[in-house]
Amino acid sequence: MSMLTGLRTGVMILVLLGCHTESAAPVVIEFWAMGREGEVVQQLVPDFERRVPGVQVRVQQIPWSAAHEKLLTAYVGNAMPDLFQVGNTWIPEFVALGAIEPLDERMAHSSSIRSDDYFPGILDTNVIDGITYGVPWYVDTRLLFYRTDILAKAGYAQPTTTWATWLDAMTRIKHEIGPANYAILLPFTEWQVPVILALQHGATLLRDNDQYGNFRSSEFRQAFEFYLDLFRRGLAPRGGQAQIANLYQDFASGYFSMYISGPWNIGEFRARLPASLQGQWLTAPMPAPDGTYPGTSVAGGASLAIFRGSRHRDLAWRMIEYLSEPAQQAQFYRLTGDLPGRQSAWADGDLAHNRYAQAFWQQLQCVQSTPKIPEWERIANKISQYAEAAIHGSMDADAALTALDSDVDALLEKRRWMLRQAGRARS
Amino acid sequence: MTRPRINPAYGFLAPALLVIAAFFFVPVVASVLLSVTDFDIYAVASFANLRFIGYGNYAHLLQDPLFWVALKNTVHFVFVAGPLSIGVSLAAAVLLSAKLVRFKAVFRIIFFLPVITTLVAVAVVWRYLYHPRFGLLNYGLSFLGIGPVDWLGDPAWAMPAIILLAVWKNFGFNMVIFVAGLQSIPGRLYEVASLDGAGPRRQFWYVTLPMLAPTFAFVTIITLIGYFQLFAEPYVMTQGGPGHSTLSVVLLMYQEGFRWWNMGYAAAVAFVLFVIILALTLVSLRLRGGAPLGVAEPGRESAG
Repeated sequence: MSMLTGLRTGVMILVLLGCHTESAAPVVIEFWAMGREGEVVQQLVPDFERRVPGVQVRVQQIPWSAAHEKLLTAYVGNAMPDLFQVGNTWIPEFVALGAIEPLDERMAHSSSIRSDDYFPGILDTNVIDGITYGVPWYVDTRLLFYRTDILAKAGYAQPTTTWATWLDAMTRIKHEIGPANYAILLPFTEWQVPVILALQHGATLLRDNDQYGNFRSSEFRQAFEFYLDLFRRGLAPRGGQAQIANLYQDFASGYFSMYISGPWNIGEFRARLPASLQGQWLTAPMPAPDGTYPGTSVAGGASLAIFRGSRHRDLAWRMIEYLSEPAQQAQFYRLTGDLPGRQSAWADGDLAHNRYAQAFWQQLQCVQSTPKIPEWERIANKISQYAEAAIHGSMDADAALTALDSDVDALLEKRRWMLRQAGRARS
Repeated sequence: MTRPRINPAYGFLAPALLVIAAFFFVPVVASVLLSVTDFDIYAVASFANLRFIGYGNYAHLLQDPLFWVALKNTVHFVFVAGPLSIGVSLAAAVLLSAKLVRFKAVFRIIFFLPVITTLVAVAVVWRYLYHPRFGLLNYGLSFLGIGPVDWLGDPAWAMPAIILLAVWKNFGFNMVIFVAGLQSIPGRLYEVASLDGAGPRRQFWYVTLPMLAPTFAFVTIITLIGYFQLFAEPYVMTQGGPGHSTLSVVLLMYQEGFRWWNMGYAAAVAFVLFVIILALTLVSLRLRGGAPLGVAEPGRESAG
């Protein structure tokens, strides 16, 4: 009898102790987010912690410049966070490492996340070999920023929709503004422009299951020629980034009238252009080589992903669901200016009334992913390197594309070997 | 027979040796092993994806135009910034040792401050100094009628800008060593020289410089080794740009290793740099005639 009560008391104490420790030490989810997003997302955390008691989200803010190597070293050092923000183009790399949890199952059963609410081209960047690894958090693509007043002076009331009219408009602008100024700014470091033009032209950047470069294909070559032509005709300055002391001042002064850039520059242009120029600039989707306006652009942005080895994958998923709610996405847009990944969040008042965002909405319906392999960033680097050589005339277009193909083939040697190994293992 | 006695000194050396073994020799051996593999992002995922490629990385390295650009930039930096830095250090040290100068300790501290300041903090300020439109440097040049120079944006000027920053940042260290070297020169030598009718210039040429020879050797080798490892300045200021004009060998190694995660290739770069530095150090030691470093040699004064 006394033993039984003793046992019972013991069990009760244990239970109480158990309860006690649980309430005193909440489960901590480590969440790594980059740059401005990492700073701002902390404001969204308290609401989540109220909804899911006993959970604490610890946000670690990482500067963009160090984010990639920090994630890789964290993976090697076994110190990955439960939940992390990942640039779309990094996903293939972390998938190759086996660092990211597949999300298809969770997405299919989620009550709040609906995959048909995302821009298809953006969602596609998160899908590798048919498996979804990330949920788009905010989206990014490139399109035209242009001076409405200068375009009007050149005789175009509306932005152009085809390459031919675009070229005509730029030529007229150049005629209008004189030899010291330029119609469009295309910095060499930005590989996106030649890639966008090539994708519009139907080019496949890599061939045979992304094992070889395909830059000598006629589609890429023609787009590349169009790109080089912009420099040869004097429509774009050859100096590149080095001569642009201040992008915003030079846009305001009319040094260039068009610029292909991303959504972050909506906020920057609003804040940095002089007041007299507000209302003199707009955004427009990319022109297309034919009548299929808007032309394709590249899919970018950042997603949320779960570390495969995390012990709190379910809670991390709840955090993703929370951050993906249209209300939170709209709030996140208000805080950062980042365009929401979910289309339903775009109906929100602030965004719906942003005249500069409308072109992005149109453009985001026609975006395409760059090749989804870990080597892509390196290949992209090579593209801008050889584009620069061709622009400066140290190589002609043919030589540049041949060298690009051979460099890319060398970069992909390991990938070919990996695929052969996998093929051998299967047979 | 008694057991052979182990020198007790080894007991005292053991902790230091262990630390050096664990944190120096093991990593060095590991990186040499790494340099004969194609360790990359796939190998991080699984060691099954690691291939032994022998001297493949080294062969690739010798054909990599970027490596030659980086080596050229680094050599350019070492042979311009090195002598410049030593010259400025010596000038500052001689000035600080002059009998007429007052507040010597204050100046010594001021000149030494850049050495102990974090480079990142320094770089922020220098980026403003170098700003093409609003920078102090271009403002000063405008009075001389020299048009604005885009210091960090122009491939022709980026390396000079880095050299200027590095010289300013580092001359204080060598200066302190030169000051110590100057203090060890006996005053009687100058007395004798002046009795023989030598003016200040000849005293400097025939007394100071020869007596500083061992200090010079030490400073040269330390500067050579340090400057070949140029990294932080371009990393913070230019990221190797514009157009690879400030890409150094160590920065290339860092980018290959931590940006592209080609650890095998990066290890090969590191090893090649090590061999280059070792060879040049041996050459400069040989030029000195193998005399020990930093030790003033009495009896050499007559040799000058």
